[in-house]
Amino acid sequence: MAELYEELGLTADEYRDIVRILGREPNKVELGMYSLMWSEHCSYKSSKTVLAQLPTRASYVLQGPGENAGVIDIGGSLAVAFKMESHNHPSAVEPYQGAATGIGGIVRDIFTMGARPIACLDPLRFGDPASPRTRYLFGGVIAGIAGYGNCLGIPTVGGDIYFDPCYDENILVNVMCIGVMPKESLIRGQATGIGNAVVLLGNRTGRDGIGGASILASQEFDEKSQEKRPSVQVGDPFTEKLLIEACLELLERKLLVGLQDLGAAGISCACSETAARGGVGMRVYLEKVPLREEMEPFEIMISESQERMLAIVEPKHLDEVLGVCRRWGLNAVVIGEVVEGDALEIYWHGEKVVDVPASSLASGPVYDRPAERPEYLDEARAFDPSSLRHPEDCGETLLRLAGGANLSSRRMVWEQYDHMVQLNTVVYPGSDAAVLRIKGTSKALAVSCDGNSRYVYLDPYAGTQIAVAESARNVVASGGVPMAFTNCLNFGNPEKPGIFWQFREAVRGMADAARYLELPVVSGNVSFYNESFGAAIYPTPIVGMVGLIGNVANRTGIAFPDEGLLVVMLGETLDELGGSEYLWLLHGLTAGEPPRLDLRLEKGAQTVCIEGIRRGIIISAHDCSEGGAAIALLECCCAGGIGARLEVETELRPVSWLFSESQSRFVLTLRDEDLDAMRELAGSRGVPLRVLGRTGGDRLVINDWIDLEVREMNRVREEALEKLMRG
Amino acid sequence: MKFGVVVFPGSNCEMDCYHVIDKVLREEVDYVWHQETDVSRYDCLVLPGGFSYGDYLRCGAIARFSPVMEAVADYAREGGLVIGICNGFQILLEAGLLPGAMLRNTCLHFICRFVDLRVENASTPWTNAAAVGQVLRIPIAHNEGNYTADAETLRELREQGRIILRYCAPDGTVSEEANPNGAMDNIAGICNEGFNVFGLMPHPERASEALLGSTDGMVIWESIMAHYRGKG
Repeated sequence: MAELYEELGLTADEYRDIVRILGREPNKVELGMYSLMWSEHCSYKSSKTVLAQLPTRASYVLQGPGENAGVIDIGGSLAVAFKMESHNHPSAVEPYQGAATGIGGIVRDIFTMGARPIACLDPLRFGDPASPRTRYLFGGVIAGIAGYGNCLGIPTVGGDIYFDPCYDENILVNVMCIGVMPKESLIRGQATGIGNAVVLLGNRTGRDGIGGASILASQEFDEKSQEKRPSVQVGDPFTEKLLIEACLELLERKLLVGLQDLGAAGISCACSETAARGGVGMRVYLEKVPLREEMEPFEIMISESQERMLAIVEPKHLDEVLGVCRRWGLNAVVIGEVVEGDALEIYWHGEKVVDVPASSLASGPVYDRPAERPEYLDEARAFDPSSLRHPEDCGETLLRLAGGANLSSRRMVWEQYDHMVQLNTVVYPGSDAAVLRIKGTSKALAVSCDGNSRYVYLDPYAGTQIAVAESARNVVASGGVPMAFTNCLNFGNPEKPGIFWQFREAVRGMADAARYLELPVVSGNVSFYNESFGAAIYPTPIVGMVGLIGNVANRTGIAFPDEGLLVVMLGETLDELGGSEYLWLLHGLTAGEPPRLDLRLEKGAQTVCIEGIRRGIIISAHDCSEGGAAIALLECCCAGGIGARLEVETELRPVSWLFSESQSRFVLTLRDEDLDAMRELAGSRGVPLRVLGRTGGDRLVINDWIDLEVREMNRVREEALEKLMRG
Repeated sequence: MKFGVVVFPGSNCEMDCYHVIDKVLREEVDYVWHQETDVSRYDCLVLPGGFSYGDYLRCGAIARFSPVMEAVADYAREGGLVIGICNGFQILLEAGLLPGAMLRNTCLHFICRFVDLRVENASTPWTNAAAVGQVLRIPIAHNEGNYTADAETLRELREQGRIILRYCAPDGTVSEEANPNGAMDNIAGICNEGFNVFGLMPHPERASEALLGSTDGMVIWESIMAHYRGKG
């Protein structure tokens, strides 16, 4: 066993713990189960104590972290379930299937709670856009998301894409799913009721994805990574679609006691988690599991074959449940029963092959890892951008930014996703947040995913605060009131003190921002070991914010909607080029102090914007973020096909005003008659407001710095990504 | 008027069609399960979009063998109104209720966006509320919408006025640049000889509410209802 546990990724101490819990040596099947359930991916053993500081409560939170997804109450007896997850390593090994099965997994998490999935968003991070490997991974990931998501009939409405060499070998593929349900349909992944049947639904079990969680998700990459290809699962979106419909029908007819999806660690995880949450034991007869090929009990327990669910059913409803599944053409087999006690007992043709306490699998070890401030920080942050020679022609610089990999239009990506199916998408991808109406009500949801890893690299605490603030700001700019968020925390190897310090600081920043902005964290995911050949990615926490628009008529877009409107800037522009896209694209640098975030000003600016939209004063709104005010203004022009003539009074150098990524800013349009009211509103919260000029014409003119045709700017930003990815 | 929306395993626009018929048109509507064999109680059948059977073989190639498709064929033979949208169009082609076949889009990937469509024949149950040359803005969302047919079929379609919708520029010009998927002759929608079976790649149900960006799809729904009432 000694060699086997190491091969399975367990430490000597962990092995000793298992022997202590069982009072004997584990057998091979048991060891396999512990190795997966105690892997970083399943157990959160390194992150658990740090994550405990995140605020998770609010009066409207129906379900916080710990379940398959978080759930919030949006009034009118409706609730919204949402969560974000990563599928980074599988996607780096096999981009199409990795990205596809990532969607499958997060969608199951949502309908497991009883909600109909209504949208997905995909935050993606790729390496150097000039590298052929990046183009290969980019093409595969986008095709995988489209292939799987489009087939399910769940619109992909947003996400974001960044390119940076730090992701060359270790791309990030995160995915968020949102579902809507009647409040009373909320169901949990619990087994209760002694004697209830344990039913396995969906696909047959095969050897795909054996050990995915421990092998792929919890180790670094090296030359052998390609050999891990058999650990990547293969997606079957057709069966997933049938599972969604069958499970929602079973829930609607109130035929289930509990429901759990099979993800990482397959049957082992689903059985031990449902039993542990319900405080019961479970007996499972493994020979009843429908198989695709001949398999050993060990393999059946840990297979990560996709599109499978575990349902807990009262005996009196069993026939009806099996009937519904038959009608949908799905396998459904009773594989066991809920029993008293705490034991998870697995039988194989009459022989007991596993007998372990279910709770010991589900709770796992907890580590308090050493953390140490990494050395790179002082040098990287000491850089002073004012020492640089800045280009003379600001217009040309703006076009370079707009046509660069990070700020160009993502249309060629989101047009490959069905972003309209279900008839809820009111604001399409490409705006600050996607807006989804909720049929049968006047309400809508505004959803945005954000995370700029350069800021986090330069200052993990402040950078992560910015991710929370910017995500909320995007929701606000679309007319929503931010309610709660989910996250996906992508970091390197937590066993390295420098990485763990980044993680601890990032979570502390997230917690402080969340508390100040009164936004509970209701679900999330941690992805460690994002390293290859010993080099970690930039720390990349991604925030997925959900906001509520009380009346969908009050949504706002980014486009300049008409000629002759006042263009105003809410918030303050400072000399903050550190960590900016300008610095990266024009000077090849990721350095300096990232922009400062003043949470008081942030909250003030958001409150003013929400109030201005609600009162109908604000006609369009756009968040200023990467690329600064210049890119925000360019996007407003391009979205509406209308130019603007602006006079900026500032002490700053032109490049600083144009490209600084100062936080807590919005570009707004107003009518003349509303300017006084807007001034008063901003003044009451102490938020600076400046009139920049007026919309109109077919050019964007800013002082004597920039004079560009809207059509030309639009052509540059629309063509860029396709050209870059064609190579 | 009573609509039946046929549901195949893997359909994913059936709820959208149901929603528009029920909440926007305010007409009667039922789901018709793919195993049903009697569709005689409906005034119009809708084969919705989606990925029937995952489109794992050829789009629509498995769905055409569903028990309901025999009933749909009989219904069409007797002059019943059948509209196939996107995957529904592909199923009608596979079932031989409409001529031709679909190839992959020339760009080799899925395309979801609004397109402009020129109405080529306004004397049909599907377009009588439009004028010839009218431009409709309706979204497409497909991977296989590259319509193809042999020369003889194409000639028949043209001569008999059975090409109903063609991809065009916003001003109505039918051109290569306005063709999103490589479809022969920019074909977006065609009818059978009796004009009672209509297949189209664009999704009129996605352009039936102002909130969603266009109501041009209503022209098609209103034509169907006008035709029914006229027959009435």
